[in-house]
Amino acid sequence: MVQNLKFRDSNLTKQIVKKILKLAKPMDLVKICHVCGTHEWTITHYGLRSLLPANVEVIAGPGCPVCIIPAAEIDEAIQLALQGVVILSFGDLVRVPGSSLSLQGAKAKGADIRVVYSLIDAVKTAKKHPDQEFAFFAAGFETTAPSTALELLNIPPKNMSFLISHRLVPPAMILLAELEDLTFDGIIAPGHVSTTIGLKPYGVFPTHYGIPTVVAGFEPLDVLFSIFMILRQLKTGVFQLENEYIRAVNWDGNLKAQALLKQVFHVADGKWRGLGTIRSSKLILKNRFSQFSAYKKFDIPLKKGVDLQPGCKCHLVIIGKIKPSDCPLFMKTCSPANPVGACMVSNEGTCRIWSKMSFSK
Amino acid sequence: MITMCLAIPAKITSFEGETAKVDFGEGVSREVNISLVNANIGDYILVHAGYAIQVLSEKDALETLKLWNEILDMAE
Repeated sequence: MVQNLKFRDSNLTKQIVKKILKLAKPMDLVKICHVCGTHEWTITHYGLRSLLPANVEVIAGPGCPVCIIPAAEIDEAIQLALQGVVILSFGDLVRVPGSSLSLQGAKAKGADIRVVYSLIDAVKTAKKHPDQEFAFFAAGFETTAPSTALELLNIPPKNMSFLISHRLVPPAMILLAELEDLTFDGIIAPGHVSTTIGLKPYGVFPTHYGIPTVVAGFEPLDVLFSIFMILRQLKTGVFQLENEYIRAVNWDGNLKAQALLKQVFHVADGKWRGLGTIRSSKLILKNRFSQFSAYKKFDIPLKKGVDLQPGCKCHLVIIGKIKPSDCPLFMKTCSPANPVGACMVSNEGTCRIWSKMSFSK
Repeated sequence: MITMCLAIPAKITSFEGETAKVDFGEGVSREVNISLVNANIGDYILVHAGYAIQVLSEKDALETLKLWNEILDMAE
């Protein structure tokens, strides 16, 4: 479909870039913030920053669901693993640093930690070994949380429990919009999160905060057109919510997925690594599912974690306040092989993406 | 590396109950859970960590191109 429908047509790219250059020419510095690791990947992989004029800057916000998991939650998974419970985790999560160890580090010390592609595989594994306890590390935003809800409603096997680390994106975007020392002129809203939650939750950004907001897809042209749409709003002074990703996102979102989330989870205040506590940003299991909570099933000592190692600037990178290359550790003591901060770990982490594809601008 | 956050389009080639066989193109096929969406054989879906999270309609894909062309044709 992608090829047939010319989603990567170079001629279209040339035309839209020309339009962006023309529109931005009389403008002062324009800062556009996105909040999705996949958008950052598209932007760096296709070199989109090099196509933009010098006065249009695209900055990466907190769009990586594993980068923002507090170290304490990694520590708790490790504690559980050391008690003999097998931890089933997504691949990008196992290298995220806890206070002193990552899950991978714990594995090297003998803990049983296994990578799964999907919760489906986690359930299969638990069913196959009924005498062994398994805990699934359920991380991710609104894109991933519905699958956790679905499997909980399907009743997982008795020997399976969940470490719930799901977070919600719009509350973090509100925090960004309210930060006094960080200003940006437009938001590219996350496309895949929006397939679940729809356009509705973003209305507040143009109306209340006066920030042009465009939900965008993940082809390079999607991002370029969304940048143009933001610039066009800045020019006309009419700030609104626009949908560039019409092929996947509608006003209501995935109502089926939202209903499942409501059945299984409560919303509570939640801690984000590098951002502190964000109001109404975390999903917690409702009481009727408490037998599947690893925290209820096992005795996990809760301690305060160390989110930032000395010198690490992840907390400034994830709000887009500095670029990865502004961090003194970037590609020196902190690299993909030896990540110091969470942003260097995941393929969705801004530092990791920059380490592979770009060092400047 | 196996990452969770990427969502990838794929085409449904067959399904049984909640499980569909999908074609990601370039010879990659996989079974995915389709209970979060209402999808049929031949539909393009967005797959995220083994679950379909949305149906991509060809009509709406064409709408995207229409939107782009409108922007490009716009008088300045």
